[in-house]
Amino acid sequence: MRRRTVFAALGAAASASALAACGSKDEPTATPSKDKGNGKLVIWADTKRSAVLKKYADQFGKDNGVTVEVKEISENLQQVFVTASQQGSGPDVVVGAHDWIGNLVQNGAIDPVQLSPQQKSLFAAAAVKAVTFNGQIYGAPYALENIALVRNTDLAPTAPASIEDLVKAGQDLKKSGKVSEILLDQCGASGDAYHIYPIYSSGGGSLFGLTSAGDPDPNNVTVNSADSIAAFTKLKELGEKGAGALKTSIAAENVTATFTAKKAAFFITGSWNIADIKKAGIKYDITPIPGFSGGKPAQPFLGVQAFFVASKGKSKAMAQEFVANYVTNKEVANALYAADPRPPALLAAQDDAKAADPDVAKWLDAGKDGLPMPAIPAMNEIWGPFGNAEVAVIKGGDPKTAAEAAAKAINDAIAKKK
Amino acid sequence: MTTPSTTSSGSGGVTGAGSSGSPRSGLPGQRGSDSKPHRPADYRPREITVGFLVGRLIALGLVAALLVFGLPPLIRTDNWIGVGVLVAAGAGIAYLYLSRRHVPLKYLLPGTVFLVVFQLVPVILTVSTAFTNFGDGHRGTKEEAITAIQTSSLEQVAGAASYNLSPALKDGKLVFLLVPVDDKGEPLLDQAKVGTPDGLTELPGLTDANLSLTKQLSEVPGYDILSKPDASARGDEIANFAVPTEQGAIKSSGLSKAVELTSVRDYDAACDCVKDTKNGKTYTADAKNGYFRSADGETIAQGWKVNVGLANFTRIFTDKTVSGNFFAVFVWNFAFAAASVLTTFALGLLCALALHSPRMRGTKIYRVIIILPYAMPSFAMLLVWRDMFNKDFGLINNLFGWHIDWLGEPMTARMSLILVNLWLGFPYMFLVATGALQAIPRELTEASSIDGATAWQGFRRVTLPLLLVALTPLLISSFAYNFNNFNAIKLVTDGGPYAIDNATVGATDLLISYTYRLAFGGIAQLGFAAAVSVIIFTLVAIMSIIGFRRSRSLEEVYS
Repeated sequence: MRRRTVFAALGAAASASALAACGSKDEPTATPSKDKGNGKLVIWADTKRSAVLKKYADQFGKDNGVTVEVKEISENLQQVFVTASQQGSGPDVVVGAHDWIGNLVQNGAIDPVQLSPQQKSLFAAAAVKAVTFNGQIYGAPYALENIALVRNTDLAPTAPASIEDLVKAGQDLKKSGKVSEILLDQCGASGDAYHIYPIYSSGGGSLFGLTSAGDPDPNNVTVNSADSIAAFTKLKELGEKGAGALKTSIAAENVTATFTAKKAAFFITGSWNIADIKKAGIKYDITPIPGFSGGKPAQPFLGVQAFFVASKGKSKAMAQEFVANYVTNKEVANALYAADPRPPALLAAQDDAKAADPDVAKWLDAGKDGLPMPAIPAMNEIWGPFGNAEVAVIKGGDPKTAAEAAAKAINDAIAKKK
Repeated sequence: MTTPSTTSSGSGGVTGAGSSGSPRSGLPGQRGSDSKPHRPADYRPREITVGFLVGRLIALGLVAALLVFGLPPLIRTDNWIGVGVLVAAGAGIAYLYLSRRHVPLKYLLPGTVFLVVFQLVPVILTVSTAFTNFGDGHRGTKEEAITAIQTSSLEQVAGAASYNLSPALKDGKLVFLLVPVDDKGEPLLDQAKVGTPDGLTELPGLTDANLSLTKQLSEVPGYDILSKPDASARGDEIANFAVPTEQGAIKSSGLSKAVELTSVRDYDAACDCVKDTKNGKTYTADAKNGYFRSADGETIAQGWKVNVGLANFTRIFTDKTVSGNFFAVFVWNFAFAAASVLTTFALGLLCALALHSPRMRGTKIYRVIIILPYAMPSFAMLLVWRDMFNKDFGLINNLFGWHIDWLGEPMTARMSLILVNLWLGFPYMFLVATGALQAIPRELTEASSIDGATAWQGFRRVTLPLLLVALTPLLISSFAYNFNNFNAIKLVTDGGPYAIDNATVGATDLLISYTYRLAFGGIAQLGFAAAVSVIIFTLVAIMSIIGFRRSRSLEEVYS
């Protein structure tokens, strides 16, 4: 009995130590020291971008004698990054949208990127402005995105000069039975502030007042200002009880299919839907979203994709080198453009892209007066309540009541999180 | 004795040293007990065979490997308590399964470990988080916040030059070789400098011959310029290297550029405050809320996690946005869960009864068809249903020629949700009711019909009570599940529609979706969300306890 126990114990010890030895064989390369960089740069990106980054990251690794690992995070990259960064298991570089910056900064997750004035001049001014937060540049921009008016040129040969023209043309087409919808501007049951903003801004509406430095001011929510209420009134006039151009039934899941089925001539959307439109063989043109006649210009939100340096990365010097001095070159920008056709932020790459694809110039033209999406954390409180107000007025509700309710919900939420 | 092996391993008749050695003893079952009929089974020590030993060693080895796998990250983060726990757990498990004693514990341990890891730890974490302000802006420690504030306040000195950087060694020490660049990025060789921790000195006599194709310095006499891999290897040293200047310091930006930086915000431990040299404000630490706050109420974005006591709980009851809507949401929440359980149970039971009838033909095909919704991924189905309810493009309106805004009006939206949930949920009720029906002897209903009871009476007085005894616990758990059925709400209506004068809470919001939006809708407030979870848990627990009490009284009556 005793002999058996001893034998068993020895056996267990032997197998355990053999396994431990297997493990420890790899360990020196994985963890030579506790917190120093170990010749490894870890980049996190979403599914689309990780594949193309891989090639250029490998090149960077070869030049600098390090290994580069590109990890694909398919869901919720921002949240995953913030959580991982807090636990010390985050990457050195992360690729994301500029409007994450406010949240990433308040969580101490990213460091400023010190681009020299000469480096800044290589980028579109709007892109640099978008990645600037509290006077600091927090990422190297590489692509721009904004929405525009995509038009089926068979149904509507000329671009409308104003929203009124657009609605008239759409109504005529609908009356003659050629289309079933006047305009496709996705809204859905929860509203969609991103897609309605150009029309709202043309009606005079705004989200925040500005601080003395010209940044959006979270202490001054202007969703219920007199101008904004006037804008909501204009949305109501375009809505279900009015012209019928804006409808809550038009939502993300059915807009593209409706346009490619030629059931509408006008589509407010971004470059991400162009592939589907081309595939359906539709002749289209891209023009700036028109404003109300006599109103302000319709301003789309400008989004910028950027590379960020993680504060708690293990190879920070290398991450800075990669972000500030490597991905700012033209070849990388061109390759990223090839993988995902959003206009590049680097001016030199923009010229190449424009030459290769006439659409690029049109997207850029549509976004040239765009408003960089506010990167302040308070912007996150806008989407829900603003969307609710949008739905309410499109259904024919009272604009003032809807705007006041939205402003109250937004201000309550901002105040609570101080 | 050498006999054909009794073990599956086939490695020869090596049996445990203490075994009787009889060839029969190793044979399974009946033979062995035939030979020793009067010996109680538990009296005989368990046979140790090679197969058994190998199996156990492999299992233990796998556990050990799993534990070893967890060690490096713990060691890396200096978490010695974690290392201790892991080692102790490994030793304890090895001892337990290699010794002959503690047999009950051998069976209990795996379940207990999983209970602790997957039930207790999350509960403890949730409850402890409920007493903090953990969330966006308050995730780390105060030290981390101070580091973040100082790092992000390093600004480029206005009008200062920016440099091409070549890290180099002089007498074995790191120096920066700095060549200023003009607006076009061209190097200005005549202004080159050497940066050391003592300051800047001139570096005269450079020409284009010193440059590489990429216009970085390639060779300078007296300096050993680091190659890129060498520079990468010294990355941390280069990142921390600072050349003091009058206005701040020249620091690297990556490995090939450098800029002159000055710190705008500095932490002063003496006053426990952060001073901003640009706007002249002083931000004092507010230990209660985890912020640096200036006299005029402005806070610095980077805060830290602090204990807030019961504040999260009191906020649930005192904050009007939360408590003002709480009751209305609770009523609908209760109605939704109750209606979901009742409708699914009624339909499921009806189908089960129909297929249970002996006269029914083709029951197998019917069963497969009925179970289909249960077998489909509910996430996808919920989205499909949402699209079918669309006013202009949805299948339902198109099919019937209606113009009902299903998800746009409070009452139809609620009806739609219950309908969707009915479709998703009744196959489950059908399954459990079928099982329970088959366990009820047919003689009982036959007896009641002989006594003159109608079919309805037989069902109402005999079958249903017996069914309820078996199914009530399932109904209660189904109620608890639907009470927190976040997926259905989030994917179908997302809480909407909203009343025009209330943008905070929608007509179909459950407590869980409503608080999800409060806590995560914009800036995540995990501490507050944890407090709400604790409250919801308490509510569900109370309702379940009441339910179970009632079902126990059912059992007493009918058993």
